[in-house]
Amino acid sequence: MDKDKKSLLNRFTRVAPAATTKSNTITYAILIAAFLIIQIMLSTGNISSLWKGLLVPLCIYAILAVSLNLTVGILGELSLGHAGFMCVGAFAGAFFSLYFEKMIPYAWLRFPLALIVGGLVSALFGAFIGVTVLRLRGDYLAIVTLAFGEIVKNIVNILYIGRDSAGLHFSTESKIALNLKEGGEVLVNGAQGISGTPKDSNFYIAIFLVLVTVIVSLNLIQSRTGRAIMAIRDNRIAAESIGINITRYKLIAFVISSFFAGVAGVLYAHNLSTLTATPKNFGYNMSIIILVFVVLGGIGSIRGSIIAAVILTALPEALRQLNDYRMLIYAVVLILMMLLTSDPRIAAFRAKYSPKRLWAARKTGKENL
Amino acid sequence: MGLLDFLTYVVTGISLGSIYAIIALGYTMVYGIAKMLNFAHGDIIMVGGYASFIATSNLGLPSYLSILISMAVCTLLGVMIERFAYRPLRKAAPLAVLITAIGVSYLLQNVALLIFGASPKSYTSMVTLPTQSFADGELTITGTTIVTIAVSVVIMIGLTIFIKKSKSGRAMLAVSEDKGAAQLMGVNVNRTIALTFAIGSALAAIAGILLCSAFPTLTPYTGAMPGIKAFVAAVFGGIGSIPGAMIGGIVLGIIENLSKAYISSQMSDAIVFSVLILVLLFKPTGILGKKITEKV
Repeated sequence: MDKDKKSLLNRFTRVAPAATTKSNTITYAILIAAFLIIQIMLSTGNISSLWKGLLVPLCIYAILAVSLNLTVGILGELSLGHAGFMCVGAFAGAFFSLYFEKMIPYAWLRFPLALIVGGLVSALFGAFIGVTVLRLRGDYLAIVTLAFGEIVKNIVNILYIGRDSAGLHFSTESKIALNLKEGGEVLVNGAQGISGTPKDSNFYIAIFLVLVTVIVSLNLIQSRTGRAIMAIRDNRIAAESIGINITRYKLIAFVISSFFAGVAGVLYAHNLSTLTATPKNFGYNMSIIILVFVVLGGIGSIRGSIIAAVILTALPEALRQLNDYRMLIYAVVLILMMLLTSDPRIAAFRAKYSPKRLWAARKTGKENL
Repeated sequence: MGLLDFLTYVVTGISLGSIYAIIALGYTMVYGIAKMLNFAHGDIIMVGGYASFIATSNLGLPSYLSILISMAVCTLLGVMIERFAYRPLRKAAPLAVLITAIGVSYLLQNVALLIFGASPKSYTSMVTLPTQSFADGELTITGTTIVTIAVSVVIMIGLTIFIKKSKSGRAMLAVSEDKGAAQLMGVNVNRTIALTFAIGSALAAIAGILLCSAFPTLTPYTGAMPGIKAFVAAVFGGIGSIPGAMIGGIVLGIIENLSKAYISSQMSDAIVFSVLILVLLFKPTGILGKKITEKV
């Protein structure tokens, strides 16, 4: 193969199989190392209660960021309702746990089932939105998911579900309108949400789920399906012309993304005693924060999403005095990241001074590689 | 509930819809010309509201001056946003532009939050026209409703004449049709896009004042929801089409008001967005939208 052909080939297979395996190994190694360090700190008691309480949320944010990255980075569409999917999953999972608390007394069986139920319900909503919107071109997904997030929150806040000997009762009015018989209990109590969810989440399950999310995401990206999805992202018309079913592959990515958002929600619900839907936990702000994780970590980089999620969740705890400006800083981060990464001058600068290139240049002793 | 009640709801719906229509005009013009969804448009409404609030309540200026100040502030803001946030990204991927727009919208909300705080300000209505009664006092329509409808009609007619007759307006049409060809014909594309943002933002200021006159509480999030609903209206009418934005806005306002009155006030937002879902399912190009065939 002559030199020209080789360089052309290299340009099109920028992520060579060997390189991705290496990159994936690094991602897994970071996860395992982080787990080991925290495990050692936990067993030697070298961790404050504040940080101990942050461990599960950190994992939840990592799952959310990785799953949103599937939509934003791999599919190339913007979702602004990730917190809405999380909300759906949280309520479905918490409702499941509460409903079956007496029937399945074992947490080791009930909690995995709750995770699956929460994920599936969220995926179902994802499929519904995806079928409507993903077949269209344009920025419709962003606005529809944004609206979805807000509506889910509003509906959950007026939803009442109770149970008595006659079965389940639903209402959107009030507790009294449920007409429960004696001995009945209210499971979902409108704006007061769900209380008394068994506290099944813990750090080990959470980090295991992060690992599962990462394994699924990385394998998806490298699979035939993942390559098809990325082909659609890069050139829809070319992908269509080689026979890729656009809507189907887009839907796969979006449904997997919403499934894991639901799983993160279930984890969230079982980490608290009372689950309510407020603007703070499931609102627009939350969706934006997850987006900031993805953008700052690098769109399309699974490892970057996790690192950004951990740093940006841990940092505000460490720097409490900046709390008022936190959202403002996030907004500036979004704008600047986009302006800087799109600027050709910056791209040229990065290509010229990238550590990898400098390292390679030093090894071969050549200035112009 | 009789026919007159129904009629009242429809009229207030038309008034609410006129506000949506004015906002939707900004969305649809920018979308038609810059091919981008300007998420910050809803928040410019909020800035317009605050600007006129300060001019009247803090500086004690008369209402016509306050309206002018508010329009000037919004126009300047819109042009600056276009210059510093969107123009550098003109050749970038749509995702990058969209994320920047979200960033700008979020920035405006949070700057307003820092300056004015989260507690709502009570806005004094700019409209001094008293409530009118018709049909022996059975049908009452507030002054704000009448003024809103009148203002929106004037804006629609003015904008249509401007685009059809003036040189800059025709330049806007040309740029939305084909940017490259327009440039070859001597149209200054950057200036035309900036002009579009300026007009859209000035309209947003008027929409903000009308919105705050009708619903007199002003918070940093005032513009967000009407902004999204106006987008729904723009899609409903066919995005990129100016008469479509008017029709879409008014129909959406009537739907929202009737569902508030007859179904449930908490569900009205959900109903408005189901309209969007239905439109996207059955006629994604909207009522008056053109079907664009893609050339490879």
